[in-house]
Amino acid sequence: MSAVLAASTAPQRAEPTPGRRALRRLLRRRTAMFGLVVVVLMALLAVFAPWIAPFDPLATSFAMVRKAPSAAHWFGTDEVGRDLLARVIYGGRASLAAGVIAVSIAVGCGVPLGMLAGYAGGVVDAVISRITDAMLAIPFLILAIALAAFLGPSLGNAMIAIGVTATPIFVRLSRGQVLAVRAEDFVEAARAVGNPPLRILLRHILPNILPPVIVQATLAIAAAIIAEASLSFLGLGQQPPAPSWGSMLNSAQRFLTQAPWMAIFPGLAIFLTVLAFNLLGDGLRDALDPKS
Amino acid sequence: MLKFLPRRLLQLIPTLFLVSVLIFGLQQLLPGDPALVMAGEERDPAVLEQIRKQYHFDEPLPMQYLYWIKGVATGNLGESMRIKQPVAELVVAKLPVTVQLATMAMFFAVMIGIPAGILSAVKKDSAWDVGANVFALWGLSTPNFWLGIMLIFLFSVKLGWLPASGFVSPFDDWKQSLATTVMPAFVLGNAIAAVLMRHMRSAMLQAMGSDYVRTARAKGLVEKTVVLKHALRNALTPVITLGALEFGTLLSGAVLTEQVFSIPGFGKLIVDAVFNRDYAVVQGVVLVTATVYILLNLLADVMYVLVNPRLRD
Repeated sequence: MSAVLAASTAPQRAEPTPGRRALRRLLRRRTAMFGLVVVVLMALLAVFAPWIAPFDPLATSFAMVRKAPSAAHWFGTDEVGRDLLARVIYGGRASLAAGVIAVSIAVGCGVPLGMLAGYAGGVVDAVISRITDAMLAIPFLILAIALAAFLGPSLGNAMIAIGVTATPIFVRLSRGQVLAVRAEDFVEAARAVGNPPLRILLRHILPNILPPVIVQATLAIAAAIIAEASLSFLGLGQQPPAPSWGSMLNSAQRFLTQAPWMAIFPGLAIFLTVLAFNLLGDGLRDALDPKS
Repeated sequence: MLKFLPRRLLQLIPTLFLVSVLIFGLQQLLPGDPALVMAGEERDPAVLEQIRKQYHFDEPLPMQYLYWIKGVATGNLGESMRIKQPVAELVVAKLPVTVQLATMAMFFAVMIGIPAGILSAVKKDSAWDVGANVFALWGLSTPNFWLGIMLIFLFSVKLGWLPASGFVSPFDDWKQSLATTVMPAFVLGNAIAAVLMRHMRSAMLQAMGSDYVRTARAKGLVEKTVVLKHALRNALTPVITLGALEFGTLLSGAVLTEQVFSIPGFGKLIVDAVFNRDYAVVQGVVLVTATVYILLNLLADVMYVLVNPRLRD
C-alpha cells in the first residue's frame, strides 16, 4: 500500500518545467502525434532516399513509358519511363528542404527584426513596421512568384523567395510579443539591475516569445511546402529532370487521360506532408498555450 | 461613425509608396544588365539602346523610380516587351475574368464555410462537428492546383460532364460560361471555405457561451431563434473581417487555378509574363494586385464598423 502511494507521488516531487509540461500535453494529443509520426517518416524517407528508393529517379526507360502501378512499380511510371515511387521519395527532399530552409530564413530574419522593432520603438519601429505592412500588402504567392521570377528559376531561388515573403509574418508576430512582454515586472527588474539591452532581449524576452514563434514556424513550413510545390508547378522552382512534387504534377496534367496515376501520387504526398505539419502546428498551439 | 476613415486613408499613402518601391526594386534582382535580360533573345545594339532609354537605365536609381511612378500615377504601367501592348490595357482586359471567378469562389466559400461553421458549433463534439473539422483540415492541406487536376480527371476525363479548360464570357453564353468556371471557382473557394468554417465555429462557440444567449434561452425563446437571431448576428461580425483577409488567398490562388484550367485572367497574365520574361508586365500586375488587395482590406474595415453597432456613435 505504502509502496503504491510512494510510486504515485514520486513523479510529482520534482516540479516539471513548462517545456516538459507542454511536451506531455502534446504527447497526449492523438492528431498531433499522427502529424509528428508522418513528419518524421517523411524526413527519414527524404534523408535515406538513396537506400529506400527502389529505382534511380532519373533513369529513363522507353520500354516502361506510362505504365500503370504494378508489383515492380508501385506508383507506376511517368512519360519517359521513370519510376514514380522513386521520384516521389526523392521529390520529398526538395519539398522538405524548401519548407525548412525557407522558414529558417523567415525566422532568422523576421524574429530579430521584430524584436528590435518592439524593443527599440520610435523611428526604428516605424521603419520596420511600415516595410512589413508593405510586404504584407502583396498577396503571399504573388510576391513569391514575382521574387522567383526576377531572381531566376531554381530551387534555391524559390526557397529564398518563399523565405523572404514569409519574413513579415514573423516580424509582426515577434514585435507584438515583445511589446506584450516588455512591460512585465521581470523585464523591468532585469533592466533595473543594469543588464544591457542585448542581454535582456536574449535572456529574458526571447524565451518568452519562443512558443508562439515555434507554433507559427510549424504552420509556416506547411505553407512553404505548398508554395514550393506551386512555384515548381509553374516552372519557377526545382528544374527538370530533378524531381519535385510540384513539377511532377505539371507534367502529369498533360497525360491526365492516359496516366492519371502520375497526378495522384505526387499530390497525395504534398497533401499528407502539409496535413501532418498543420496537425502538428495545431497540437503545438494547444500544448504551448498556457491559457488552455 | 466613420471618423477613423480619413486617418486610415492617410495611412494608405506610406504603404502604397513602399509597395511601389518594393515592386520597382524587384528589377534590381535581375542578374547582370537589365536591358540585356529584358531583351531576351534580341541582341541588336539599337534595341538594347532603346530599352535603356525607355526605362532610363542610364540614369541614377531614384530618377528611374520617379519616371516609373510618374507613369503609374497617370495610368501608364509600361509596355509589354513581347506583345507590344500597354500593361494597363492588358490588366483591364483580364480583370473581369478573374473578378467573375473570384466572386463565384467567394459564393462557394460562404455557402459551404458559414453553415458548416454554425452547424459544428451548435452541435459541438457531434459527428457533424468532427466532419466539419475534417473538411477544414482537408481544405487547408490540399494544394488547390492538385484539387483542380483531380476534378478535371473526374468531371472532364472520366464523366465528361464539364469542359477541362478554357473560358467563355457570360455575355456570350452564360450557360457555357458557368460550365467553364464552376470547377475553378470551387477549387478557389475550397480553401477559403475551410478558413471561414474555422472562424465561424470559434466565433459561434464564443457567442453561444455568452450571457445574452443564456438570457435569451431563459426567456424561453426557441433554440432556433436563439441560434439564428441572437448568437449568429453577433458571431458574424468578426467573421466578415477575417473573411475579407482571404481576398489575398483568392488573388494568389487565382494564379494557379487559372493556370490549371487555362483561364485567360489575371493570374494567367502574370504567369505568361514570367515565362516570357516580360518584366514590365510582372511589375504592373503585381502593383495592381497589391493595390486591389489594400483597397479590399480597407473596405473590410469599413464594413466591420458598419455592421458592428457597438462601434457606431
